[in-house]
Amino acid sequence: MSPQASVQVSMDVAPYVAMNGVGKTYASSRGPVAALAGIDLEIRPREFVSVVGPSGCGKSTLLKLVAGLENVSSGQVVVGGRPLDGPPDRLGVVFQRDVLLDWRTILDNVLLSIEFTRKPRADERDRAVALLTRFGLGGFEHRFPWELSGGMRQRASICRALLADPELLLMDEPFGALDAMTRDDLNVELAQIWQDTRKTLLFITHSIVEAVFLSDRVVMMSKAPGMIVDTIAIDLPRPRRLAVRDSAEFAAYVQRIRHHFAELGIVKE
Amino acid sequence: MMRLSKKWLGGDNETRDVIVVLAAALLLWEIGVRLFHPTPLILPAPSAIFAAFLETPGIFLRNLGFTLGMTCIGFALAVVLGVALAVGIVYSRLLERTIYTLLVALNSIPKVALAPLFVIWMGTGPEPKIAIALMLAIFPIVIDMVLGLRSVDPDMLHLARVSKASPWAVLTKIRFPCALPSLFAGMKVAISFALVGAIVGEFVAGSRGIGFQILVAQGQFDTVRVFVSLLLLGLVGTILFFLVDYAERLLLPWHVSQRARHERSTGRV
Repeated sequence: MSPQASVQVSMDVAPYVAMNGVGKTYASSRGPVAALAGIDLEIRPREFVSVVGPSGCGKSTLLKLVAGLENVSSGQVVVGGRPLDGPPDRLGVVFQRDVLLDWRTILDNVLLSIEFTRKPRADERDRAVALLTRFGLGGFEHRFPWELSGGMRQRASICRALLADPELLLMDEPFGALDAMTRDDLNVELAQIWQDTRKTLLFITHSIVEAVFLSDRVVMMSKAPGMIVDTIAIDLPRPRRLAVRDSAEFAAYVQRIRHHFAELGIVKE
Repeated sequence: MMRLSKKWLGGDNETRDVIVVLAAALLLWEIGVRLFHPTPLILPAPSAIFAAFLETPGIFLRNLGFTLGMTCIGFALAVVLGVALAVGIVYSRLLERTIYTLLVALNSIPKVALAPLFVIWMGTGPEPKIAIALMLAIFPIVIDMVLGLRSVDPDMLHLARVSKASPWAVLTKIRFPCALPSLFAGMKVAISFALVGAIVGEFVAGSRGIGFQILVAQGQFDTVRVFVSLLLLGLVGTILFFLVDYAERLLLPWHVSQRARHERSTGRV
């Protein structure tokens, strides 16, 4: 694949994820609180979409709705052509905390997503080892999570989500707890693995730079109740290397998003 | 041999520390008695106590064996029943409302006061001793186990739902292992309680066991034999506690409280 092969997702294929007029309201001691309102969002198959917004804008709630972990208060979520009623099939999720089980080795943690329903086959074990090696964890299969650094643990949790070969991958601020350098590394690795596997990916982050670097489209959200204020297509060449962040186009995208947030009074310019 | 003695004397060795502290206490006691000459009716010297034990070791050991049996059976039943109850309480709203409430209410009665009732119900054989040991030991186990089963990271449970895990898989693969550290904390309290229960049972009615032995010696104002019984109880209680502690280290090398030891013993930093 030539480096210039920009990945354009055709806009006329049926969306893999479709949120139509979705609202979410929580009951609280001070009455109902709207977390999300009027969310219309479509994600095409094989598209990388990031959702950026300030803390408490309901972006994690949005992810939980797509994951079928919570029910919508209004509207509808359709995944893979079927309205959601519980978690959809072929779904992988990565959370901000790696939630690896301390009593299982890294390999057994990765196999857990399969082990929940049946005994993993030998070829699946091999696949898990291959995935771990792909993420620079070769040789660490039989270590325990607490023997690894935060970045390595999060890599393992991404392997766990990828093992069952999901159609849709949801990531909820997966690199939010990592230091800046590890975060850059994982950004590059994720961009690469997405390029190779082309999952439909919904990525939640509060980092504009991260969102622009990784995505085909960046969805901007405002606060309480969370609403989509803008969607920006990122037309940067793939595969993306960190150097792309020094380009004028990259800076322009970041600038545009930050400026828009500033206009809304969400960030200071 | 050299290596063994080096390991014994240098570095960190809890068994050695415990033995040294206990031996020092006995030595101080012996010196105190020899210096101040209290009447043996009040406080006999450790050497005299040891001599009394050697006069009839068979009787003491037979009685100790009986008490130990009652304690271990009561404790084992408390673990099995307590874990089952805790699982029921965590999984069933109804059981939580009924059994858990009843248990907490029952726990506030000084359970020693119930011992005579057990004699009326079960006679003077081993049954009431086991029952009282069980009754005392089960509370810390149920309460700690319920706490442990509930202290699971919600994102871990989300992950299980996304992977379509059955309730049984969630219990065996996540909740139960997650609760083991709490269970062991409960068991460490429970093992001492079980011993108390067995002794109380023997005090109330019976013709065997260390508790009975103490009552007989008391009737004869045989302070030395009371002390033999007490020291044997202390010894056995300590050994039982450390057996549970040892089992914990063996089974939970991954737990935070064990890691430092694990790393030290494997030379890992």
